[in-house]
Amino acid sequence: MEWTMTANDPGRVCLMQGNEAIVRGAVEAGINFAASYPGSPSSQILGMLGKIARERNFYAQWATNEVCALEACIGTSLANARSICIVKQNGLLCVADALHCGAQHGVKGGLVIVTSDDPSAHSSTNEFDSRFMAESADLPMLEPTNMQEAKDMVPYAFELSERLRQMVIIRLTTRVCHGRGNVTLGPLPEAPHEIQSVGEWDRMVCVSYRHTPMLETLDGLREAFEVCPFNHYTGPEHPKKLIVAGGTGCLYSQEALRRLGAAEETGVLSLATLWPLPETLIARYLADAEEVLTVEEVDPFLERNLQAIAGKNGYRIRFSGRGDGALPRIGELTPDLVLSAVSGLTGKPMPPRPKVSEEPLLERDLNFCAGCPHRATFYLLKRAMRRAKDPGIVIGDIGCYIMSGQEAGHYAYQACNCMGSGVNLAEGLGQLTAYCLKQQVVTMCGDSTFFHSILPGLVNASYHNSNMLLMVLDNSATAMTGFQPHPGTGITAMGDAVQPMQIRPVCEALGCKVTEADPFDVEKTAEILEDLLRQPGLKVLIMKQPCATLMTKSRRGKVKVWVDQDKCVGDGCGCDKFCSRVWGCPGNSWDFTKNKAAIDPVSCVGCGVCAKLCPAGAIQVEGGDAK
Amino acid sequence: MKELRYDPLNIVICGIGGQGNVLASEVVASTMNDLGYRVAVGETYGASQRGGSVMSHVRVSKDLDMGVLISAGEAHFIIGFEPLETLRIARQYAGPQTRIIYDPRPIYPQGVLRGTQTYPDLAALRAEIRSLGAEAHEVPAADIAMACGDSRAANIALLGAFSRLPGAPLDETALSAVLQQRFQGTVLEMNEKVFAMGCAAMDEKGR
Repeated sequence: MEWTMTANDPGRVCLMQGNEAIVRGAVEAGINFAASYPGSPSSQILGMLGKIARERNFYAQWATNEVCALEACIGTSLANARSICIVKQNGLLCVADALHCGAQHGVKGGLVIVTSDDPSAHSSTNEFDSRFMAESADLPMLEPTNMQEAKDMVPYAFELSERLRQMVIIRLTTRVCHGRGNVTLGPLPEAPHEIQSVGEWDRMVCVSYRHTPMLETLDGLREAFEVCPFNHYTGPEHPKKLIVAGGTGCLYSQEALRRLGAAEETGVLSLATLWPLPETLIARYLADAEEVLTVEEVDPFLERNLQAIAGKNGYRIRFSGRGDGALPRIGELTPDLVLSAVSGLTGKPMPPRPKVSEEPLLERDLNFCAGCPHRATFYLLKRAMRRAKDPGIVIGDIGCYIMSGQEAGHYAYQACNCMGSGVNLAEGLGQLTAYCLKQQVVTMCGDSTFFHSILPGLVNASYHNSNMLLMVLDNSATAMTGFQPHPGTGITAMGDAVQPMQIRPVCEALGCKVTEADPFDVEKTAEILEDLLRQPGLKVLIMKQPCATLMTKSRRGKVKVWVDQDKCVGDGCGCDKFCSRVWGCPGNSWDFTKNKAAIDPVSCVGCGVCAKLCPAGAIQVEGGDAK
Repeated sequence: MKELRYDPLNIVICGIGGQGNVLASEVVASTMNDLGYRVAVGETYGASQRGGSVMSHVRVSKDLDMGVLISAGEAHFIIGFEPLETLRIARQYAGPQTRIIYDPRPIYPQGVLRGTQTYPDLAALRAEIRSLGAEAHEVPAADIAMACGDSRAANIALLGAFSRLPGAPLDETALSAVLQQRFQGTVLEMNEKVFAMGCAAMDEKGR
């Protein structure tokens, strides 16, 4: 909860989310500057930092993208500021160049990067293991096992960063970010870290001859990591069977050993220092081990490094983990997966489980929220593309509208790569239309993605006049991650009102032909869309309609949508249950007893679009600003 | 600190995104933290919040540090906002010790409304839920909340009923104190009414 971020009450035990623990750690470290672009599972961190920035006298920013965020932090470090940059795994990949160059020139004020990996890709398109980035850039990396360590690691990482004059990365995973646990508060500093003017001969310059000193910095750190207080060992002094755990794996392993009654004879080495690895510490426990199980999130990163250390020391050990199938190659760890792997290691039988039915249960598909403007957009797009002579090519992008690739959006697109890539994929295809490709090319982006990474692609597409349509789905929100401000919203992370950037004039300044439409104005927008699909060259269509969740928050007066079941013809209508079957809004339900349409009053947000589409005119809208 | 009937005590709260189960888990967990217990909470949401299945794991102990997820068959309590989701979770997490409390009002997956899937037979579904734990109680939480004026308060009705179960770590007094901390004015009044009706729904079953 918010008060726990700034409570000056050292020793008090609070319940904190992992993301909140990072915020508290940053406040205890006396940061001067924080920047991020939203990405689940760590989106909440900068949102909370923005709310308390004034009170704690630091600056916090929702940056236009992750590159802006990290590079701003590198800039402020030159003035000795303590800066924190928060990214998710994909964001860390976006900043790869700045990260590798920054590693070579080092920093002055402490710079901590918090990166969140999303094992099982709960809120992502892909799993990525950010530990490879630390290894690749030769940067120190830490990983907490619980919320308390998440908080305590932030001030520790800042001190380390300043001592080494190097960036430090803290790796989180979804279960730490979104989990909650007890955290004992530490003292708050009287004032933030001291900002210093930049001296004439201060230098943070990436040049190739910095490579050797950078590697020497890392060598020096190895010794400090041998005695890092966040590495733990429990078990016999010379274990024959050893578990090496990272992050969430530590508590799962300890619990599995307790349940199996094997805690006495099995060692658990929990490693917080992921890069560089404390090789002497590891070798000490590997020395007498016969079997080693590695329990870690995403890839067999520790497992392979342990094998290398064992090889270097001439140890003969049987290794298991993600690499050999003792744990699955993909997906997040669960207590049951770890229990089974630990049972394999220790030879203790699995506890019995009651038999349950294995008959599959219905899954719930992802869907656009009730009243979401994207539902109307993709219904209209699909209809227009089908009416044209060929089905065309649609390219997706990253945002809520990624769900348009599934049933929710009538399987709208054929390709979707990373954030901001849609315009470029479409640009390439658009050029092929001069070389025998006879199809319409359409792509999409949201308003936040537009500013994040569409702009350079749009410059490219406009300059080369690619034959394509870019639909900007402007719902005035970074909706997928929880409504963070972006340059089009007119508000900043610290709550200041600023001049919002308009997407239309930006596009026009780049030489694009721009049309605006309202996806809820169904017939008119259908005409516009079909007309644009017939026109050659680069077209931009801005679909303007606020996110349904925002709309319901801001609207006054209740709207009631209901079905006049006397007018609904049911199965005999010929509409094929359009509202619930084709339109697919969670608010449109079906009354199976009367075999007529119904509205679910719990889900419906009152947008009223289904009323415009019902061929029998059976759906009624009352009150509010309904048209 | 009161002795727990089980240590660690494991609670799974499940439903569909938007039904308020994150708030329910947070209320239980922060109250237990304030009483001095060790607490771990794991929440599954993210993209799944848009109409998908969601669940929270809440774990409480006097002195153990726990991972945020519960093992299969190890739940002591399951609080369900929807019958299909309750069954999904009960199959995985219920054991002979599990007390289940759930709202029997179905929320149809989109596939059912489209006609590409069929919602399971409700009577069979309820019977299977009953067979999976020590006991299962149905509480019309969404109906209670809608009758009091706000369907979003269904979580409070379920918490009220939960506080009446034997072995529940929190009683009515502790939970109503939390309501008073978090809400005020007419919203507090509404939530208190929903909470009392949730408690009463459970008491009627006891009679």
